[in-house]
Amino acid sequence: MASNTQEAAHGAADAAHGSAPGMPQLDFSTFGNQIFWLAVALVVIYLILSRVALPRIAAVLAERQGTITNDLAAAEDLKAKAVEAENAYNKALADARAEAQRIAAEARAEIQADLNDAIAKADAQIADKAAESEKAIADIKAGALESVKVVANDTAEALVAALGGKSDAKAVAAAVDERMKG
Amino acid sequence: MGKIFFFAALALVIVSGFVFAPEEAKLAIHPMDQFIVSPLFGDHIAWYTPTNVTLWMALAIAAVFALLVLGSSRRAIVPSRAQSVAELAYGFIYKMVEDVAGKDGVKFFPYIMTLFMFIVMANFLGLIPGSFTTTSHIAVTAVLAALVFFTVTIVGFVKNGAGFLGLFWVSSAPLALRPILAIIELISYFVRPVSHSIRLAGNVMAGHAVLKVFAGFAAALGAFSFLPIFAITAVYALEVLVAFIQAYVFTILTCVYLKDALHPSH
Repeated sequence: MASNTQEAAHGAADAAHGSAPGMPQLDFSTFGNQIFWLAVALVVIYLILSRVALPRIAAVLAERQGTITNDLAAAEDLKAKAVEAENAYNKALADARAEAQRIAAEARAEIQADLNDAIAKADAQIADKAAESEKAIADIKAGALESVKVVANDTAEALVAALGGKSDAKAVAAAVDERMKG
Repeated sequence: MGKIFFFAALALVIVSGFVFAPEEAKLAIHPMDQFIVSPLFGDHIAWYTPTNVTLWMALAIAAVFALLVLGSSRRAIVPSRAQSVAELAYGFIYKMVEDVAGKDGVKFFPYIMTLFMFIVMANFLGLIPGSFTTTSHIAVTAVLAALVFFTVTIVGFVKNGAGFLGLFWVSSAPLALRPILAIIELISYFVRPVSHSIRLAGNVMAGHAVLKVFAGFAAALGAFSFLPIFAITAVYALEVLVAFIQAYVFTILTCVYLKDALHPSH
């Protein structure tokens, strides 16, 4: 550094003139002062940055990166879970549909069986009734034939008697039987 | 309507210019007065005297503190505006150091960040009208550049030993040319701190001086003072750009020099 007396002289001259001639940048008397304060400023800024600001900002940036990574991973997880849930839902749906079809088929088979039973029973009843009726008809028919024979015999005997003959019951019956056989 | 008001205002300015024109419009421009280092108290400057240099460097420190420490004090995952800017500055310089100087240059990041933050804050504070621009002084920028020069040279020799001299020995050139190239390389190496410091101080000083010159014109021109005022507006916008770009240039050159020191092979 220059001698103090010289600096003092320059300083006094500057103050007296109010403005330094030429460039103040080349006024060497102020260099020591500027360099000293620059050194102080740089040291202070360096300490602020290296002790407080830069570690803090680095931590914030790292934390944000971590948060983003975690969120992405969580989103991936949730997406996988959603796919799983959808698959489970689809499977449940398919199962339910199959079950419903099975139940419907069972019900249909049961109804069919009941229906067949009922039809068979009804057929049997109808057959019984028909046989009964046929028997009744046959009885009635036989009864009617017998009545016809009796009436024919009586009529024939009456006719023979009316014609003046002597009626032979046995002959008349035989003749009627003969006629009725066709 | 807008046009009418505009022309009315313009007419008013011109008329008032004539009315209030200085008695004798003398061209008293002192564009360099803004760079004078003056003591805050008393009239004597010793190396320890608090001067306007002290004041504006303290304000630069306060600005750095406000942006990087107070701005990031909430440590929010979703950052506020100040924290975004702080993170942007951090990422900008960190990426620059990593890209230019390489992975092993990252341990110099706090040092380079210090240089960048000081220069950029000093430059921007210097753009406040009436302020003092510490980075317009060659004494300041020369110290900054000398710091970089000595750091880089020492790191180069510590990391590579004598191999650092390979920086000057262009092994890809013909053997006969190598001594000549070595001399040129050596000269250019020692010119680095000079250009490094004068580039910053020169740009800042020139811009501020131009602003002052135009301001002097504005005072002298009376009615037509709006012309230099437009010019001042334009130059000021340019200076805002220059304030950032010169800080950026200083920082990236530091990174380039650091790369030379860490990997001296051509």
